[in-house]
Amino acid sequence: MDNSKAIFLKEATVNAADGVQRAFISKALGGYYTNRDLQKARYRDWERARDAASMAKWSAVNDLANVLEKFVNNFERNGGVVHWARDAAEARDIILKIAENAKAKAIVKSKCMTSEEIHLNDALEKAGFGVVESDLGEFIQQLRGEAPYHFVFPCMHVKREAISELFTKHLGTAPTDSPEELTMIARRHLRQLYVDADIGITGANFLVAETGQISITENEGNARLTAALPRIHIALSGIEKVVNELDDLSVLLPMLATAGAGQPMTCYNTLYSGPRKKGECDGPEEFHIVLLDNARTRLLADPEQRDALHCIRCGACLNVCPIFKNIGGLAYGTTYQGPIGSVITPHLRGLKQWNHLSGASSLCGACTDACPVRIDLHHHLLHNRRNAAKESPTLFDRVFHNGFNFVIKRPWLFATGGRIFRATLPLLQKLPLPYMGAWMKTRDLPKAPAQSFRDQWKHDHV
Amino acid sequence: MVCTRRFCAKLVRVSLFVPCFVDQLTPKVGLATAKVLKRLGHDVEFRSAQTCCGQPSFNSGQWGVAREAAIRALGVFRGAEAVVGPSGSCVAMMRNFYPELLKGTPHAAEADDLAARTFEFSEFLVKKLGVTDVGAKFAKKVTYHDGCHALRELRLKEEPRQLLRAVKGLELIESEEGESCCGFGGLFSAKFPMISTAMVQVKGGALARTGADFVVSSDPSCLLQIGGWLSREGKPILPLHIAEVLANDA
Repeated sequence: MDNSKAIFLKEATVNAADGVQRAFISKALGGYYTNRDLQKARYRDWERARDAASMAKWSAVNDLANVLEKFVNNFERNGGVVHWARDAAEARDIILKIAENAKAKAIVKSKCMTSEEIHLNDALEKAGFGVVESDLGEFIQQLRGEAPYHFVFPCMHVKREAISELFTKHLGTAPTDSPEELTMIARRHLRQLYVDADIGITGANFLVAETGQISITENEGNARLTAALPRIHIALSGIEKVVNELDDLSVLLPMLATAGAGQPMTCYNTLYSGPRKKGECDGPEEFHIVLLDNARTRLLADPEQRDALHCIRCGACLNVCPIFKNIGGLAYGTTYQGPIGSVITPHLRGLKQWNHLSGASSLCGACTDACPVRIDLHHHLLHNRRNAAKESPTLFDRVFHNGFNFVIKRPWLFATGGRIFRATLPLLQKLPLPYMGAWMKTRDLPKAPAQSFRDQWKHDHV
Repeated sequence: MVCTRRFCAKLVRVSLFVPCFVDQLTPKVGLATAKVLKRLGHDVEFRSAQTCCGQPSFNSGQWGVAREAAIRALGVFRGAEAVVGPSGSCVAMMRNFYPELLKGTPHAAEADDLAARTFEFSEFLVKKLGVTDVGAKFAKKVTYHDGCHALRELRLKEEPRQLLRAVKGLELIESEEGESCCGFGGLFSAKFPMISTAMVQVKGGALARTGADFVVSSDPSCLLQIGGWLSREGKPILPLHIAEVLANDA
């Protein structure tokens, strides 16, 4: 068995049996559902807003080369420097080189899942650059030495007491159970770091082609400090984050906030328009953007699943996913958890090693209904399963389904097989059979009837 | 033919689409479906060449096998005026996924045609026939479980509830976790039993807390999962298919 699958099965089994943790996550999301529905009700027509948001992304993604070129031209006109990275290694090298040239001593970074995708912190630390996460949740996860649990709410699984203990251990502060006090501890610690840092690294929620600006959405104000105070600002973004016009944000920004966090708008939505210009008294001296492909163009080449590139990383699909809620975000072992992660990780990291995530779904479709940009998420899980079966069919599946097909092709054999199945069911339930045994461990089967439907129908209608 | 209040204006020759596991494990669901349709005055037939719609293979990525099953089903139901199945899941397979499976093949047009003639049981009654009161009596407290395929593939939510509200003596109680999945998902329930079980704990627990006597659904596969868990946990609430409720007229 592939390593990633074995780890997933192990973690999922442990977490799914942890009723206390599951209840904690469920409760944490309770307020989200209420707020989301409240905010959705403020839209005249949420479904039409979804159409508009989806169309804004569709038109950019389906003309990606041209829209990106326009963005890059305008970004450069604003005084920014553009770097193209084909993959994670190239992106890391570009950022390391900037840090080396700047002789950077301290780096501060705001929330950026793309940096998780390329394992940037590891690379910076290995090269001797200290880097500190400035988003509170990410800061906590960095201290814990753990990947984000949810790509919008990185430490949603951590209890307040654990955060207090963590701060006591790493920052030497007195224990407290007040969320405000915990926030103030982190704030006091981080403030000086912004001043000391040579480089601020951010992500980007949207790249506006029309104006060459990048749009960053946040609740804490840390991204503004990260982008504005250090001498050099580096934004790292996937190429699919581009949109055509500034006006597209009028629908995308509120929907990102409502779908993902149940907010009317996120607290801070900032457009960054380049480095400090002549006569300006603040802002970074250098402004770089690293545009990352990392298999996105491969996904773009697949017309069936291309819409997965519409994702605005709001996290709505995670929040409603019964799989995510029951196994937790860390079990996935991916940068992007939940349904969108299960859809795109096989494209980013290989189908053979990551198809099990597409299998681990009841295909309930709650994700697809929740997606503000109408990504056909649960059907893409089916597409991944089909592609995997074609690319590397398992012997078990081939034997099982071809055998099943042999039977259902022949109604007489199906009827006879059914009769034998019903007669032996009491015995079968006691045997440690692969699928049946797994079912019987927690659930009963109904008592098998003496006659099938077709038998009774024939009896009644002759 | 004369139509009464309950009976629809037009009588239809209905071809039953009986899911393979209903045929073998819960035939009473198929019989109840036929009983309700006949009581409304419709002709009901069962074409015994039908077996399985191919969804287990489709969901497992074995689209070649599923395509063969789909092409067979096209033949089985050729010429049928209306194909009615007591399962949102199996009907969604025919309605939504056969056209996808057979797109670009010589069978595409026939798949679209069958999709247009195929109905989930409660959908057929309410949307096609315009009937909500089928003359059933059932003096029990029930809660309703929306199967995900009925809810999100076929977009049926009100139809089964309209039918249940018209049943004499029946009290309908909604549960928390109303639109949550029961965790069945076909082979998923056996391939990932730990996740599937966690899901049914959440859903089944909410259903049991309603205090209802029965959990009713239009999807017999969900009832297999929910009923199996409730039985194992010894919860005092029983699974029942909506056709069985509607067939009850005594």
